[in-house]
Amino acid sequence: MYVAVKGGEAAIANAHRLLADRRRGDRDVPALTLEQIAGQLSLAVDRVMAEGSLYDPDLAALAVRQARGDLIEAIFLLRAYRTTLPRFGYAAPVDTGRMRIERRVSATYKDLPGGQLLGPTFDYTHRLLDPALAGDAPVEAPERRALAAVEDCPRVIDILDREGLIEGDGDPAGEPGDLTRDPVSYPVGRDLRLQALARADEGFTLALGYSTQRGYGRVHPFVGEVRIGLVDVEVEIPDLGFTVRIGAVRLTECQMVAQFKGSAEEPARFTRGYGLVFGQSERKAMAMSLVDRALRADEFGEERRAPAQDEEFVLEHGDNVQATGFVEHLKLPHYVDFQAELDLVRRLRAEAGQRRAERGEETR
Amino acid sequence: MGAFATTALATAAVAGGFADPVFDAQAVFRLLMGAMAEPGTVADLGARVAAPAPLVPAAAALLAALADGDTPVWMADPAGAGEAAARWLRFQTGAPITEDRAAATFALLPERHDPVGWASFPRGTSDYPDRSATLLLPVRDFAGGDGLVLAGPGIAAERRVAPAGLPEGFAAALAANRAGFPLGVDIVLVCGTAVLALPRSTRVREG
Amino acid sequence: MIDEMETEGRRRAMGALACMPAGLLAQRYAEVTASAPPALAVRGPEVGLVMLRGRAGGGGAPFNLGEASVVRATVRLGSGEVGHAVILGRDTGRARMAAHLDALWQCPDWRVRIEAEVVAPGLAAEDEAVLDRAEETEATRVDFFTLVRGED
Repeated sequence: MYVAVKGGEAAIANAHRLLADRRRGDRDVPALTLEQIAGQLSLAVDRVMAEGSLYDPDLAALAVRQARGDLIEAIFLLRAYRTTLPRFGYAAPVDTGRMRIERRVSATYKDLPGGQLLGPTFDYTHRLLDPALAGDAPVEAPERRALAAVEDCPRVIDILDREGLIEGDGDPAGEPGDLTRDPVSYPVGRDLRLQALARADEGFTLALGYSTQRGYGRVHPFVGEVRIGLVDVEVEIPDLGFTVRIGAVRLTECQMVAQFKGSAEEPARFTRGYGLVFGQSERKAMAMSLVDRALRADEFGEERRAPAQDEEFVLEHGDNVQATGFVEHLKLPHYVDFQAELDLVRRLRAEAGQRRAERGEETR
Repeated sequence: MGAFATTALATAAVAGGFADPVFDAQAVFRLLMGAMAEPGTVADLGARVAAPAPLVPAAAALLAALADGDTPVWMADPAGAGEAAARWLRFQTGAPITEDRAAATFALLPERHDPVGWASFPRGTSDYPDRSATLLLPVRDFAGGDGLVLAGPGIAAERRVAPAGLPEGFAAALAANRAGFPLGVDIVLVCGTAVLALPRSTRVREG
Repeated sequence: MIDEMETEGRRRAMGALACMPAGLLAQRYAEVTASAPPALAVRGPEVGLVMLRGRAGGGGAPFNLGEASVVRATVRLGSGEVGHAVILGRDTGRARMAAHLDALWQCPDWRVRIEAEVVAPGLAAEDEAVLDRAEETEATRVDFFTLVRGED
């Protein structure tokens, strides 16, 4: 039960002012610019875009600054902002096969067509704190290797597909559901699961993906391919009837290859989990692909026993804005609820005392 | 000019929208809300848009305020006689134009039609009665026709209206619609720049 | 056939205007439109969202990935040509310039100039940026070599 209580206006106003002061910090230190955040904390900005479900690096950088680096708060800000804007329409599905590759690795084939391109990765760093980065030491320009032309990078999945050893992409038709428009009712299709996972909390998705590796749901995964890069976005212009390029977005895609034993009707083959995320976020895309595969248990006649295989559990708890709202609301005034419970506990104790007294027991 | 020999059509499609999209849409929304809250009253939405025929100005203003990419609009013959209107709506609202009645959120009914066809527009579901269509029906005039007596929410006792140019079987169709409450379609009569709303909650009898 | 070529040409030009570096667009626009008929605002520029979509598995059924900020504008020339622009981001000036150029592109005498002085340099700048990045990535390609082990 909630009761409106007046009061605290001055305290709230002063708290906001104090927040602004603490956010700014020492005035002798220059304020962070949005260019600095977008340019030098770009993976934080990517995470805010992915889970805020809004691709806009400048706004995500602003949100990170406004939230004092609290990324879930920044995600909340971005989600709130998007509700104020009209939706002009829907882009054509992106073609990740035509991605302009910035990183691309496969764990299934060493010498695969297109090669292993490490890109700007933390892998192979020693995870030793670098004191030089505490200052502003000069940084070398990247090494280059000449290319005659930029070509599309073939998909690893297609290599297995040619032999029929792996499931295909499935029917490309269909109009996807949108969980930002219609309430979710279970069971849901893979379209809604992928939408939910793409915007789900990275930590939650990671933990669930990890759980599938530790035996909570059968996956046995290999990274078929992870690719990061820019992909063109095309929309149809109303009244013209054709699509045009409107820019490019950076995406991370993961194709997770998983085993499938086969059945009496079907020969054995590999199955796949899929991950696609805004920005550069390999961890999220990989975890997403593990959970996507785990959630397809019914398709392959697998028993659903683990949390990662339970779509209602995954979809209802993966959104960190919903989760933080419900957890954090507990700090708001519950004075009346609590009074009611307090009265109840007192009454129960009094009644129990009375019963003991009636039975002639000693009361404590 | 090849594909763009249709410049005139393209120009017509982009002309005649709200002069001030935010305030015009707010004003139309407020007037419609009043009309829905007091069924049977006439609300003049004003001359805020200039849309190609057969779009009635009030219907065009209503859709300019309420329709968007998530609200398919049904109309007859969008590739033929309705092409200019369809292009105008697509540009001004972003709404998909559909010929599938079951997909419609709004329906631009032609003047002469059989209300029996209303049954094929969405009437909502018991979980989501709001997932229903709003039908925009052009009439000749809001007065001078056969009398209808309205009752229900938003009406103190009874309200009498007499729109002219209603299709045959209108009252019976409204009664059938009312019988499925809370499911059903909502009707907005349009004439010139004005509207008269008959939401599904209104009971209508001839008299 | 001519229609199809014209459509494809306009599609390519609109894409180039939307994707070229903002500074280059502003500079080319100022030069080209100094003597051009002005654009009359029809709608916008206004900021909104488009829902981006992916495909399950990369090539399967579509799903909604998340939204992106876009800015759009529609303008008209006195002679009736209607120009559109839709561009990722929230740069309203850029949308207005691109829409104006799209309207002018539909006039045969302007098309040649816009193609040569805006679209071509725009596409070239884009290609150069793509190649730049690709060459940096290329330097991180793993060249496997096999170690000789044991003796025979």
